[in-house]
Amino acid sequence: MNTFPSQTEQHAAVKRPAARASKIIVDSLSKTYTTKSGSFTALDQVSAHILENEFVTLVGPSGCGKSTMLRVLAGLEEASSGSASIAGRRITGPGADRGVVFQSYTLFPWLSVRDNIEFGLELKGTPKLQRLEVSDKYLELVGLTKFADAYPKQLSGGMKQRVAIARALANSPEMLLMDEPFAALDAQTRSDMQELLMNIQKHEHATILFITHDIDEAIFLSERLYVMKSRPGRIVREIEIPAAMRQNKELRDSEPFIQLKREIVDLLHA
Amino acid sequence: METLSNLFKIRGEMSRKAYLATVVGTFAAVFVLWSLLSYSQLVDPTFLPSPGTVGKTFWHSVLSADFWGYVGISSYRVLMGYLFTCLLAIPLGILAGTFKFAEAVLVPLTEFIRYMPATAFIPLIIVWIGLGEPAKIMVIFVGCFFQMLLMVADNARAVSNDLLQASYTLGAGKLQVLRKVLLPALLPELMNTMRLIMGWAWSYLIAAELFAASSGLGFMIIRAQRYLQTDMIFMGILVIGMLGLIIDRLFALLNKKLFPWAEGGR
Ligand SMILES: Nc1ncnc2c1ncn2[C@@H]1O[C@H](COP(=O)(O)OP(=O)(O)OP(=O)(O)O)[C@@H](O)[C@H]1O
Ligand SMILES: [Mg+2]
Repeated sequence: MNTFPSQTEQHAAVKRPAARASKIIVDSLSKTYTTKSGSFTALDQVSAHILENEFVTLVGPSGCGKSTMLRVLAGLEEASSGSASIAGRRITGPGADRGVVFQSYTLFPWLSVRDNIEFGLELKGTPKLQRLEVSDKYLELVGLTKFADAYPKQLSGGMKQRVAIARALANSPEMLLMDEPFAALDAQTRSDMQELLMNIQKHEHATILFITHDIDEAIFLSERLYVMKSRPGRIVREIEIPAAMRQNKELRDSEPFIQLKREIVDLLHA
Repeated sequence: METLSNLFKIRGEMSRKAYLATVVGTFAAVFVLWSLLSYSQLVDPTFLPSPGTVGKTFWHSVLSADFWGYVGISSYRVLMGYLFTCLLAIPLGILAGTFKFAEAVLVPLTEFIRYMPATAFIPLIIVWIGLGEPAKIMVIFVGCFFQMLLMVADNARAVSNDLLQASYTLGAGKLQVLRKVLLPALLPELMNTMRLIMGWAWSYLIAAELFAASSGLGFMIIRAQRYLQTDMIFMGILVIGMLGLIIDRLFALLNKKLFPWAEGGR
C-alpha cells in the first residue's frame, strides 16, 4: 500500500498481534504563519500516525500547535511543507471522509436536530427514507431521539456536542477529528460524554484523533498520546496507555495511574 | 413585581405586561404634553395645532378621495424604489461580504458615495431624468442602495466562519456552502436590514416629493406649508409615521414567523 518507512509497521507488528493498517500518516509536517512581526512556526517537522480504529490524543501547552495539526488533517489549513495522508490519499482539502467536531458549537441553527444530523447525507443526495434511517440510528446512539425536532437553541451545551458528534458520524467518515469538544462542559456532563464517546468507538469502530488539556480525560480515552511542546510546535513524546488503565475510572487513584499522570505533567512542564 | 433595581439591570428582563404598559405610557405622556401646550394656548395654534384640530383634519382627509390617492401614489413610489434597491443591493452586498475581490470592487467606492448626501442628488436627478415618476423612484434608490449594500455585506461577513468550515468538513462544495449555509445563516439579519432600509425609503420619498411633485403625502405637506395649515402638516407627518409603523410591525411579525430558530428575536 504505502511505502512509509518502518516505524508504523514495526510498531503495529511488534505490539499488536493483529496488525492494523495506518489510517493517518503525518510526515515531517511543518506549518508557518506569516504575521506582522515576521514568520511563526506553529508546527515544526511533525511526524505521527494513527492506526485503524485507534484512539489517539494530542496533549500539550496552549499554543503548541494541536489545533493547527488537526486543522491540517481536516484540510482546513494547508501545510507549509511535509505531508499528511488518510488511507494512503494525500490530504489537500476538507472532505466528508474526515468528520470534525469543534470546540465551539457549530450546529446549523436553522435546522432541527434531525436535519443537522442528516446534513451531510443531504449534500450527497441520499434519499429521504435512507436519511431517516441513519438519523434515527444516531439520534438513538447519542440519546437525543426525543429532541429530533428541536432547534439547537433549545439544547444544552452537552446536547449540542452530542448532536455535533452524531452529525459527523452520520456521514460515515473514515475517522473523527475532535478539537477539545468537551472543554466547555461541566464536569458531570463531560464525564457522561467521555462514556458516550467510548461507547461510540466500540460500536462504530471509529478512528479518532482527540485534543484535550485534561490529562485524566486523555488517559481515560486514549490508546496512545502524543505530547507536544511549543516554540516551535513539535511532538516530544509518544506514550502508550496500558490497556488496563484505559476506560477505567476506578483506577484514577491507583499508583500506576498517578505515576503515568505525573510523567505526562512533568513532560508538559519540563 | 418589578423592582427598581431590576429595571436598571444591564440586559435585564421585563415582563411583557410591564413593557407594554411603559410603551403606552410614553405615547400617552407625549400626547398629554402636546394637549397641554396647545389647549392652554401656551403656543400659538398656527405653530402647534391641538390634537382635536389635527384629528378633525384627519377625519376630513380620510373621507376624501384625494387623500387616498396621495397615500396610494406615495406607497407605490416607496415600494418601487425599495424593490429596485433590494434587487440590486442584496446580491451585490452578499457578494461583497463573501468574496474579497467583490469587496475590493464594491465596498470602498460605496463607502465614498454613501457620504454624499442623497438629497443633494435630487437636482442632478431632475436634470437627468426629469420630474416624472422615475425621478422619485431614483431618489429613493440613490438614498438607500449604497447604505443597504454595505449593511448586507456586513450581514454576510458576520456569518460565523466556524459554521462554514463545519459544512466543508461535512462534504459541502463551494456552491452548497453558499446556498445551504451562508444564505440561510444570514437571512434573519438580512430581514432586519431590509426593515431598517424601509424606514430610509420613506424618508427619501418625502424628500423627493417635497422638491418636485404634484401628488403624494410629501406634496400634501409642502402644499399645506404654503397655506400655513399646520394641522395638515401634522396630520401628514403622523400618517407617514403610522404607515411606517405598520410596515415595521409586519416585518417584525414576518421575522418571527420565518425564523423561529433564531436566537433572541425582537
Ligand atoms: N491564522 C494564524 N495566524 C498566525 N498565527 C496563528 C494562526 N493560527 C494559529 N496561530 C499560532 O499558531 C500557534 C499554534 O496555535 P494552535 O491553535 O494550533 O494552538 P493549540 O495547541 O491548539 O492551543 P490551544 O490549546 O490554546 O488551543 C499559536 O501560537 C497561534 O498563535
Ligand atoms: Mg486549540
